[in-house]
Amino acid sequence: MSEPILSYADALEAYEPVIGLEVHVELNTASKMFCGCSTEFGAAPNTHTCPVCLGLPGSMPAINAKAVESAIRMGLALNCSIAEWCRMARKNYFYPDMPKDYQTSQYDEPIAHDGHLDVELSDGEVFRVEIERAHMEEDAGKLTHLGGETGRLHGADYSLLDYNRAGVPLIEIVTRPITGAGARAPEVARRYVETIRDLMRALGVSDVRMNEGSLRCDANVSLRPWGREKLGTRTETKNINSFRSIEGAVTYEIQRQAAVLQDGGTVEQCTRNWLEHLGETSFGRSKEEAEDYRYFPEPDLVPIAPSREWVEELRATLPEHPTRRRNRLQAAWDFSDLEMRDVVNADALDLVEQTVTAGATAQAARKWWTTELARRANEAGVALDEVGISPAQVAAVQALVDAGTINDKLARQVYDGVLAGEGEPAEVVADRGLAVVSDDGALGAAVDAAIAANPDVAERIRGGRVQAAGALIGAVMKEMRGQADAARVREIILERLG
Amino acid sequence: MDASTLITTSAADLAGAIATGEVSSVEVTRAHLDRIAAVDGAVHAFLSVDEEGALAQAAAVDARIAAGERPGPLAGVPLALKDVLAQKGVPTTAGSKILEGWRPPYNATVTQRLLDAGVVILGKTNMDEFAMGSSTENSAYGPTHNPWDFTRVPGGSGGGSAAALAAFEAPLAIGTDTGGSIRQPAAFTGTVGVKPTYGGISRFGQIALASSLDQPGPCGRTVLDTALLHEVIAGHDPKDQTSLDAPVPPVVAAARAGDVRGLRVGVVTELGGEGYAPEVEANFRATVDLLAELGAEVVEVSCPTFEYALAAYYLILPSEASSNLARFDAMRYGLRVGDDGTRSTEQVMALSREAGFGAEVKRRIIIGTYALSAGYRDAYYGSAQKVRTLVQQDFTAAFARADVLVSPTTPTAAFRLGERLDDPMAMYLNDLCTIPTNLAGNAAGSFPTGLTGDGLPIGFHVMAPHRADDRLYRVGAALERALTDRWGGPLLNRVPGPATTTEVTR
Amino acid sequence: MALSQDEVARLAQLARIDLSPAELAHLAPQLDVILEAVARVTDVATDDVAPTSHPVPMTNVFRADEVHDSLPVDEVLAMAPDREDDRFRVPRILGEEQ
Repeated sequence: MSEPILSYADALEAYEPVIGLEVHVELNTASKMFCGCSTEFGAAPNTHTCPVCLGLPGSMPAINAKAVESAIRMGLALNCSIAEWCRMARKNYFYPDMPKDYQTSQYDEPIAHDGHLDVELSDGEVFRVEIERAHMEEDAGKLTHLGGETGRLHGADYSLLDYNRAGVPLIEIVTRPITGAGARAPEVARRYVETIRDLMRALGVSDVRMNEGSLRCDANVSLRPWGREKLGTRTETKNINSFRSIEGAVTYEIQRQAAVLQDGGTVEQCTRNWLEHLGETSFGRSKEEAEDYRYFPEPDLVPIAPSREWVEELRATLPEHPTRRRNRLQAAWDFSDLEMRDVVNADALDLVEQTVTAGATAQAARKWWTTELARRANEAGVALDEVGISPAQVAAVQALVDAGTINDKLARQVYDGVLAGEGEPAEVVADRGLAVVSDDGALGAAVDAAIAANPDVAERIRGGRVQAAGALIGAVMKEMRGQADAARVREIILERLG
Repeated sequence: MDASTLITTSAADLAGAIATGEVSSVEVTRAHLDRIAAVDGAVHAFLSVDEEGALAQAAAVDARIAAGERPGPLAGVPLALKDVLAQKGVPTTAGSKILEGWRPPYNATVTQRLLDAGVVILGKTNMDEFAMGSSTENSAYGPTHNPWDFTRVPGGSGGGSAAALAAFEAPLAIGTDTGGSIRQPAAFTGTVGVKPTYGGISRFGQIALASSLDQPGPCGRTVLDTALLHEVIAGHDPKDQTSLDAPVPPVVAAARAGDVRGLRVGVVTELGGEGYAPEVEANFRATVDLLAELGAEVVEVSCPTFEYALAAYYLILPSEASSNLARFDAMRYGLRVGDDGTRSTEQVMALSREAGFGAEVKRRIIIGTYALSAGYRDAYYGSAQKVRTLVQQDFTAAFARADVLVSPTTPTAAFRLGERLDDPMAMYLNDLCTIPTNLAGNAAGSFPTGLTGDGLPIGFHVMAPHRADDRLYRVGAALERALTDRWGGPLLNRVPGPATTTEVTR
Repeated sequence: MALSQDEVARLAQLARIDLSPAELAHLAPQLDVILEAVARVTDVATDDVAPTSHPVPMTNVFRADEVHDSLPVDEVLAMAPDREDDRFRVPRILGEEQ
């Protein structure tokens, strides 16, 4: 049962969207936040657990130095101030995936606070997102719901628990309310999370893959009449598993809340779940009554007081700022602003860079990633870096084109073959017999056949209408299933018909 | 050495005899197991006895000595372990029904250090449920009886450990102290009990009550035994990030020397007077005079905020405990009630906790939940933490004028079973003298200094600055030497009923 | 500063303890007495006093990011009230993750 929505244009005419984003980054430390269990993904259930992460009676946490270091570096990269003294805190609530029935997190003393992230939009406009805080916390175990509908919580008969993930380090990044984005709010949301992804990758602190859960995003949306200062009631949307979904969820919530308000109703303060297959959010849980987490400082862990020297040491390890990197690459590749923006908008920057490293020219890399491969990714509904072709393979394909072995059109079939698991590009060319024929004998024979089959066209060419050669080239290419060197075919035609 | 001698010999002397081969650890252990079998039906100090495990540990020590290894200072000596500490594969209940049958898959650091040192763990001792109490009457498994008078409590929460010592069931015991749970039972049973400086002994594997107040600690019948035990279990533990990364204070040397000449002893004005039994006050004054005779310099100090310590404690403890006990939710271990296929997880959690927790535990969890809840947190929990700062400041000022501070350990001697059960506040008043040191985190101990007219032990409470635990043993040893001399023998010789004269049947 | 039975019931819910009506009736006045006694902390807890959360002043105690052996899965589940294969089994959950 879908809820009513207003058109986006109508929604934006009446109301200004205000958004807030909570992003969780799962750190790639070897061991967990508070114990030495491995964080490696995919282990058999409950094989990476110990008294500490199981919260057994008597167990005590021991904080991971690398997690603290990563938190500081992330805070610095987000232009935050790093706390001179802070503590961990207990967030108390009961839920079966939490072994201690409290989460060791941070409350009013986050390790990093008051930062910002400049986000580049598709037309090059830069939008600054203010960041309230970034703090350290631990992940919960994994619940599987059984007996009811497929895997959904509601209606399940019972649940099973795997605590391998319990205790894995997380950094939560919280924005201040994002105002002033107007109709571009959904795009700002998506680009913000993508930029965080870029930053975390550059820092080397996380795999940051939304589809694997190492990068998570909850989106808060509220509306207010244009010109009003007071913020409206916000909803929090969860279960967002891709960058596209961020944009979709924010857009939908704007439209849905606008319909509620337009109808004279009030927006209910609640959590919502994003349903990817429907492109809608559904009601999750009411949040009318604020949860009482009874925060207090974690007595089992002593305060963390990063010295200013240590902070500066870590600042020196920060990677190049994304904007500076983009400018540097644009200059190195000699791309126009438009070409660069195409690459960024297609989320292909890293891929182009890697393809260039593998030997292709920047223009060739750009060509493939922003057209052919982007199209395939869209059709398959996956992110560009999940399309199944590696930068090295793209460079190999281009090399084959440069060598004249294949042409751009045949390259598509090569990509098909690689995706079908037939092997590397050169293997696919060989196995499928895709190599462009450049043997003059074969070509000559095909040309003769085409001339014979199209005497009028041949006459016109003899008569000096060189452009008409195109039709004959087409016929030869068709005959040779595209595997002819078009330029050479043209030469031969003109030789024959003088 | 015959069995009755073995059970009354000090741990230090037993260790010596075992090391020279005069007696085997197995013999010593056997004698104590027999003693437990003979008297624990009446005393009920133990919740579980690990006969097989203990004899195996003892045999292993004997084998190592026979192989020529030099044993540690307490190798082969038996010990009673408070059931709040995890021992792998052995029932660990914390005195609660909610953990009935739970066998931990790991050892507490204290347990491991004992085992590594060759100490033989006889069994787990009774305690107030989750260490909440001052009489051991809150145990879900029935109370422990004071060996000095079976109609009276042995104190709490560590009544089992203290009673085991006084009943000669073990020469050594481990307790934990959050507001006096080692020291008050020591006073009630005529034994020695020390709460080390906070962080001095690892809490890893100790089922937590109030994390910022808890400390495991050594208990014994003599000051030297207690000091030897202290050195075995103390020291930095990377698994407990609140543990002190510093050398263990020289407690054994202090216990051997026991010299208080020139020591400045501060009598705390606020810890005494109204509400304190006259005999307790009299014994306290006499003991202070004795210290002066032995060469100490006595001064009066005032710690005015100590008056608020009890209130702060009974806010901080429930707050932290309400969080520490949340994990007992019937999901991963422990009692599960009501899971009949129709109920939700939330309901099963609530039913299990209702069935598994006793009245005092529920009381404190509710108070703690309240004290931390939105709107009340600053006034209750926040204020209590400020009182803590003030108590620390009072201690600092006092320790500028005295090397140790002293008080009676408790306002009264052991009370009768059932006497204070219906009045929580009356029960809480037991901890008046002991609580300030838990709030401030410094070291304190109780030493037996006499009996009331009714023949009930009285304890003398000594407090030392952070990391100066050795001063406790200095004072305790001096008193012990002088008093034993005066009494013509240890105080515990006067425990009524079977002690030195028992025929222990095999 | 009276704690009504309703408030006690709400706190019990927050603490996941299913108190009986008899217990609620018995507990409320007891809690009242205790809370009155402890409320005196506010007398001396003035603004100029900083709260103490850790009794011994220490900072920056960290553990190196090294992997250590986990518990064998049988030991992990040995004390489980209910299990299915190698996972803990719990009844149906009403509420949602936070």
